[in-house]
Amino acid sequence: MADLTATAIPSGPRPRRRLSGRNIMIYGTLLIVSLYYILPLWVMVMTSLKGMPEIRMGSIFSPPVEITFQPWVKAWAEACTGLNCDGLSRGFWNSVRILIPSVILSIAVASVNGYALINWKFKGSEVFFTILIFGSFIPYQVMLYPIVILLREIGLYGSLSGLVIVHTIFGMPILTLLFRNYFSSIPEELFKAARVDGAGFWGIYFRIMLPMSLPIFVVAVILQVTGIWNDFLFGVVYTKPELYPMTVQLNNIVNSVQGVKEYNVNMAATLLTGLVPLTIYFISGKLFVRGIAAGAVKG
Amino acid sequence: MAGNTLGARLMRNLNAKIAAIPMVTTALVVFLGGTAWTVLYSFTNSKLLPRNSFIGFDQYERLWSNSRWLTSIQNLMIYGILALVFTIAIGFLLAVLMDQKIRFEDTFRTIMLYPFALSFIVTGLVWQWILNPEFGIQHIVRSLGWDGFTFDPLNNPDVVLYGLLIAGLWQGTGFVMCIMLAGLRGIDDDIWKAARVDGIPRWKTYLFVVIPMMRPVFVTTLVIVASGIIKLYDLVVAQTSGGPGTASQVPAMYVYDYMFQAQNLGQGFAASSMMLLSVLIVLIPWAYLEFGGKKRG
Amino acid sequence: MTHSIQVKDLTLNFGAVSVLKTMNLDVAEGEFIVLLGPSGCGKSTLLNCLAGLLEPSDGEIWIKGKNVTWAEPSERGIGMVFQSYALYPQMTVRGNLSFGLKNARMPRDEIEKRVARAAEILQIGPLLDRKPAALSGGQRQRVAIGRALVRDVDVFLFDEPLSNLDAKLRSELRVEIKRLHSRLNNTMVYVTHDQIEALTLADRIAVMRGGIIQQLAAPQEIYNRPANLFVAGFIGSPSMNFLPGKTVDGGRAFEFAGNRIGLEGYEGAPGQRDKAILGLRPEHLVMQDTAEPGLTLPATVEIDEPMGADSLVWLKAGGQPVSVRVPVEKRPRAGQEVHLRVDIRHASVFDAGTEERV
Repeated sequence: MADLTATAIPSGPRPRRRLSGRNIMIYGTLLIVSLYYILPLWVMVMTSLKGMPEIRMGSIFSPPVEITFQPWVKAWAEACTGLNCDGLSRGFWNSVRILIPSVILSIAVASVNGYALINWKFKGSEVFFTILIFGSFIPYQVMLYPIVILLREIGLYGSLSGLVIVHTIFGMPILTLLFRNYFSSIPEELFKAARVDGAGFWGIYFRIMLPMSLPIFVVAVILQVTGIWNDFLFGVVYTKPELYPMTVQLNNIVNSVQGVKEYNVNMAATLLTGLVPLTIYFISGKLFVRGIAAGAVKG
Repeated sequence: MAGNTLGARLMRNLNAKIAAIPMVTTALVVFLGGTAWTVLYSFTNSKLLPRNSFIGFDQYERLWSNSRWLTSIQNLMIYGILALVFTIAIGFLLAVLMDQKIRFEDTFRTIMLYPFALSFIVTGLVWQWILNPEFGIQHIVRSLGWDGFTFDPLNNPDVVLYGLLIAGLWQGTGFVMCIMLAGLRGIDDDIWKAARVDGIPRWKTYLFVVIPMMRPVFVTTLVIVASGIIKLYDLVVAQTSGGPGTASQVPAMYVYDYMFQAQNLGQGFAASSMMLLSVLIVLIPWAYLEFGGKKRG
Repeated sequence: MTHSIQVKDLTLNFGAVSVLKTMNLDVAEGEFIVLLGPSGCGKSTLLNCLAGLLEPSDGEIWIKGKNVTWAEPSERGIGMVFQSYALYPQMTVRGNLSFGLKNARMPRDEIEKRVARAAEILQIGPLLDRKPAALSGGQRQRVAIGRALVRDVDVFLFDEPLSNLDAKLRSELRVEIKRLHSRLNNTMVYVTHDQIEALTLADRIAVMRGGIIQQLAAPQEIYNRPANLFVAGFIGSPSMNFLPGKTVDGGRAFEFAGNRIGLEGYEGAPGQRDKAILGLRPEHLVMQDTAEPGLTLPATVEIDEPMGADSLVWLKAGGQPVSVRVPVEKRPRAGQEVHLRVDIRHASVFDAGTEERV
C-alpha cells in the first residue's frame, strides 16, 4: 500500500521532464541564433579553402571537396592593390607598426591620467575629464580636419607616428575612464601610507599602482589591440597608400573594380585581417567581456 | 609675496600637472578647439585649403539642397531607428534567454560576441559575399528548386539598407546582449524571490519589475549604440560603397568625400557640424537625465 | 497541538556539498521559531526551502497539513520578508502591497481593504503613495512586512530582516515584530545570525551548524543548558568560559589545573571522564578574597573592561583566560590575586571528545 502511493506523495525535487516546452523554446532559439552568428565565419573559412572552379559550381556553405591553401598564399603575398602586388603582408606589417606603439603610448598616457585624476586632483582636473568623456561622443568627422592641420604643423601628417598620436588621442577618453574607475577602487589609505613614507608622484605610480593594476592593464590592452587593429577611418585619413593599415588595404583589395573577382582570395584576406582580433578574443575570454562592460559603465 | 604664493600654488602637484598635459591638450586643443574650429570654418567657402572668407549659412543651404546629403540623412534615420530598436530588443531578449540558468552559457556568449571583435570592414565584406546574388543565399535557395526566389538586397536600392542592417545586427547585438546580461545579473536576487512569493509570472516580472529597474542600463546602451550609428562609415564602405548609386550613402561618407576627395572643405565642415548637432540632440537630454537628476536628488 | 510546518527528512545538496542533512523540524501553530547560526550553517537555505524558492534534494515539507514539497511559493500560504527588502523600486508603496493581489485577480475593494489594514497595523498609511527610494530603511522594512501581511497567510518567513538596519532601528523594529506576532498570532520562522534577536523574539530557537540543527529549545533552555560546546560558545556575549580538565570521584567533582570543584547541585550526570570541559558563563562566577575548597578557583586579574552597568574582568586561572562579570563598584586592580566562586547549578560539563553536554 505504502509502496503504491509512494510515487504520488510529493517528496524531494519536483519531477520534471528534461525536454520541457520551455527548454525546447530556450535552447531552440539560442541554437538558431547561434547559427546566424556562426554562419559568416563558416562561410569565410570554407570559401577561403576552395578553388575558384569549385566556388562557381557549389554552394558557399558546403565544405571544400579539395582543400587548397593557394588563396591564403595569394592573399598574403600576391594580391594587388592598385599597382602594388605584394599582398596583404604589407598592410599586416604596417598595422603591427601602428599597433605596438599606439597601444603602449595610449595606455601609458591614460593610466597616468586616471591615476592623477584619482589621487592627485588639481583644480580643474575633473573639468578636463568631463570634456574628455563628452568628447568621446563627438563624431570623429568633426575633428578629422583640425587634426590634419595639427599633424601637418608638427610634420607628422601622413606618417605612422602621426597615426599613433591620433590613436592615443581617441583612445584616451575610454581608457582614462577605465583606469580612473579602477584606481578609485584601490583603498586611498594605501596611497596615503606611501606618501607618509615619502614616495612621490612617479614613485607611487610605478611601485604601488602599477603592480596592483595588472588585470586592468590587460583589459586595456585587449580593448586597444582590437580597437586599433580594426580602425579604418584614421588609417585612410592620416596615412598614405604605402603605409595603409591592413583594414584599408583589405578593403582596397576586395572592393577593387579591376580584374576578375577571386572570392576565395578575398575571403582568405578577410579572415587574415580578422585573425588578430579573433585570436585576442578567444584567448582573453571573460576579460574581453569585462573590457566592453567597462566601456559601458557610466563615468 | 603674491608672486611667492602663486609660485607655490603652481608648484603644488607639479608632477601631476605635468603628467596631465596630454589629457589637458587633448581635451582643450583637439576636442574643444578642433570642434570649434570645424564649426567656425563651416561658415567659410574653403575649398582645397581652409580660408577665412565667411559666407554665412551658404554651405548649409547648399548642403540641405544636395540630394546626396538628403539621401544620406534619410538613410541614417531609417537605418538608425531600425538598428537601434532591433539591437536593443534582440540584445535584451537574448540576454533574457541567457539568464535562464542555461547550460553552455559561456559557449553561447562566445558565439554571439565574437563578431564584435571583428572590424566593420571584415563584417561588411563577409556579408557582401553571403548576400552575393550569384553565389550566396539567393543562389542556394534557387538551386534548391525555388527558381523565382529573389534575395539580393545589396543591388536593390529599395532594400539595400536592410542588407546593411543584417550585417550591423550581426556585429553589434552580442555586445548589447552582454551589457543587458550584466544589467540583469545586477538585479537583486531577492526581487525575483519576492515576485515568486507574490505569484507573479516570470514574463510579468520582467515586464513590470525588471525592465523598469533596468532603465539606466537601457539609457546607457541607447546612447552608446546611437552615437555609434551616427558614426556609421566603415560598414557601408566595405559592404556597398554607398551604392547601388547613392542608395546607401551615409553622412560620414559625405563628409569624407567632400573633405578629402572633392576638395570642398567648407561642405565637409558643414556636413560634419550637422553630424555634431545630431549627436548633441541625443546627448543633451541624456546628460540632463543622467547628471541633472543627480544634482536635484 | 496542531503543526503549522513540518519538515520531514529534508536534504539539500549543491553538487557534492551537502547544505541540509536529513533535517526534521515541527513548528506549532502560532509559534515563533528562530533559526540561528553562523553564516553558511544552512539557516537561510532551510527558509528558502520552506518558501519553495529552493528545491530540496530529498524529503518533504508540509504546511498546514498539506504536502507542499512541489508547490509554487505563491501556493504555499506563506509571506516572506527579505534582508534587502526586495521592494519593487519603480512602484509606490501601495503598488508594492497590491501587485501580487492584483495579479491574483482579487476584487479591487478587497485589495483596498487589505492594504488599508496592513497600513494601519504597520503605521505606514502616510507613505502609501511614495516610492521606496523616498523611504528610510526602517520604513522600507515595514513595507516589506506589509507585503507579506496583505497576503493574509498563516506563515511568515523572515530572512534576516533587520541586518541592514542600524542598531537603534534594529531594536525598535524587533519590538515591532514581537508586537505584530502577538497581535496576529500566526506562525513565524525567522532567520538571523544575531543571538539577541533570537533570544528576545523566539518561542523556540533552532541553533544550526553545518546543515544540522544542534539544539531546538526555548531560549532560556539554550542559554542555561546548551546541548554541546558549539551552542554554548555561540550563544551568550561575552561567551562562556571553557576550562579543560577531568571529572573525578565518579563524577562528583571536576578537576582543573590541580583545583577541585565539587559538582553537587549540577543538573546532569557527568560520570567519570578523563577529558572533560567545564563551561561557566561570566555572570555565574563571583570574585571573592577568600578561598573555599571545592567551591573556588584561584585567579589573577589581568585587565578589566567597564561596560557601564557592569564590568567585564579578564583573569588568568590555571593558565586559562577567564572572564567574569562584576558590578562596576567592585572592579579589582590589575595583578590582584582573587578567588572565583563557581555557581555550579548554572554550569555545564561537556565531554571533550563528543563535545556533548553530560
